[in-house]
Amino acid sequence: MATNPNPAPRAAERPVHIEVRDLTMAFGSFVLMRDLNFAVRRGEIFIIMGGSGCGKSTLLRHLIGLIEPAAGEVLYEGRNFTTAAVEDREAMLRQFGVLYQGGALWSSMTLAENIGLPLGEFTDLAPDEIRQIASLKLALVGLKGFEDYYPSQISGGMQKRAGLARAIALDPAVLFLDEPSAGLDPVTSRLLDELILELRDSLGATIVVVTHELASIFTIGDNSIFLDAETRTMGALGNPRELRDHSANPGVRRFLTRGASLLETAPKDG
Amino acid sequence: MIAPAAPAPSVALERDSSGAAVVRIGGDWRLRHGMPATASVERALQIAAARSIRLDASGVGRWDSSLVSFIVRLEEYCRAHEIESARDALPDGLARMIALAQAVPERRDARAIAARPPLLDRVGAAALEKFAGIGDFTEFLGEASIALGRMCAGRARFRGSDLLEAIQDCGASALGIVTLISYLVGVILAFMGAIQLQQFGAAIYVADLVAIGMVREMGAMMTGIIMSGRTGAAFAARLGTMKVTQEIDALATMGIPPMEFLTAPRLAALVLMMPLLCLYADLVGILGGATVGYSMLGLSLNTYLHESSNAILTATFVGGLVKSVVYGVLIALAGCYEGFRCGNSSSAVGDAATRAVVESIVAIVVACGAFAVLFHILDI
Repeated sequence: MATNPNPAPRAAERPVHIEVRDLTMAFGSFVLMRDLNFAVRRGEIFIIMGGSGCGKSTLLRHLIGLIEPAAGEVLYEGRNFTTAAVEDREAMLRQFGVLYQGGALWSSMTLAENIGLPLGEFTDLAPDEIRQIASLKLALVGLKGFEDYYPSQISGGMQKRAGLARAIALDPAVLFLDEPSAGLDPVTSRLLDELILELRDSLGATIVVVTHELASIFTIGDNSIFLDAETRTMGALGNPRELRDHSANPGVRRFLTRGASLLETAPKDG
Repeated sequence: MIAPAAPAPSVALERDSSGAAVVRIGGDWRLRHGMPATASVERALQIAAARSIRLDASGVGRWDSSLVSFIVRLEEYCRAHEIESARDALPDGLARMIALAQAVPERRDARAIAARPPLLDRVGAAALEKFAGIGDFTEFLGEASIALGRMCAGRARFRGSDLLEAIQDCGASALGIVTLISYLVGVILAFMGAIQLQQFGAAIYVADLVAIGMVREMGAMMTGIIMSGRTGAAFAARLGTMKVTQEIDALATMGIPPMEFLTAPRLAALVLMMPLLCLYADLVGILGGATVGYSMLGLSLNTYLHESSNAILTATFVGGLVKSVVYGVLIALAGCYEGFRCGNSSSAVGDAATRAVVESIVAIVVACGAFAVLFHILDI
């Protein structure tokens, strides 16, 4: 691919794209996370990380409006998403692309139809043009030639890639990826990381990734939030590599070093 | 060749030469061969009033998780009763396995969730859930009405192919079962009527009985019940599975309202197909009656059909079709509602399908009663 004619400005200069203010996530009286405050800058790859069951995917579902926050709000480019009227919210949703954990492809449609559905709904493209775009998106994720396959006819890893192709169908301004590399083999996983970087560089999209794959976190993450299941709030915020080396929070260092920092601090026991 | 019998697992509490209590464990410990309960050792410890024990596993042959579980349990008992326990001659792997089992302390709040709340709490929670359910259903009804309105206005987002598929599913594909059931219902009605009416020499009125019975009540009702078992359950299972696999979320976050995309074509298909199926069921039922009239009562087919057509008033006929439309709406609503509120597991999908069928059948019968009263008041 040719070099990007408009190289992304330095991280700190980029405008804020997503802002989360005092977000509290709760199910009934059970508070999962409270007082989350962070901002994601345009064109940044932002990682949501934390141990299993700490609420990473739930935070993602709050960001895309599938769950209403118990308190606080989410803003996109300064516009309040949480309190937006239905039409405004739908217009904002159209700027999103979401890859779900299992791909969530519509099982009654072929891959081309899956990718073509949003194109058909929100553009004036003719059917053969839609098909052409769908083929292109499939080619981008390495699935050229699988246009007429149904989701059940391809493997889990392929479903995930097809899900990514659908997520980028409308060249979204924000791409949300829920555990993109979970369940993929290391090579496919690395190719996916490269694809994510490529998408950011070529489309300039802001990308929010939920993951706990350390290799991915360090390869693609510009910025990250660590959700601490113990304290039920944000454990750390910053570049994952810097957090690994310099975070004041031992839980964060432990997570980012697969528990290796445990050995430095924990007393030896027989 | 017969393998020698494995020595059974054994546990004994003994005193060694210095008078200290020793729990001697021996034999082969195999999950498949059962395991001694810790209760007997615990009782023995109580009786002996031992303050410290030593576990001696030197007599253990082969072992698996049964021995690990036994020792972990025994040591927990000792800790709880302030008995010091020491291990002696434990196989290396066994000691490591026990260490692994004891590495992470029990989460104190982990068992709190499993605890059963008191009866009054449960009754209250169930009542609140039911009330919330009414609210949810009202909301669903509103959204479905809006979706259908937008569909009628041609502004709804759905795929034409989905509507056609739903129509095929609710129409042509159901013909076989509707034929079978309606024919048999016609035969049964005629048969029951024939036995009574023959006594008065009024066999010809079997035709009236079957015609009015089918057209007014049974055609619509039997079709409704067949469709709730066939299509209502399928709607709930399909939408429930889509919920589990996040396909519905994927629609919502793409700005495509799931209610329009998924409910509208299904509702429309049933509303369109139910009266046609009902009409068909009426005809087949009358043919079923005619079979009995011809073969058992000796009525000619012509006479029978003539008598039938005289019996059916336009109002009765239209009333039956109107009922079938209403039943169709009820089935589609129950199926889609249960599909949308389905939980996130495979068993939830099964529950959703079951609830959809039960709810739609109850709704159909209740509606049938309401229609009976209404038609009586309107004198139809």
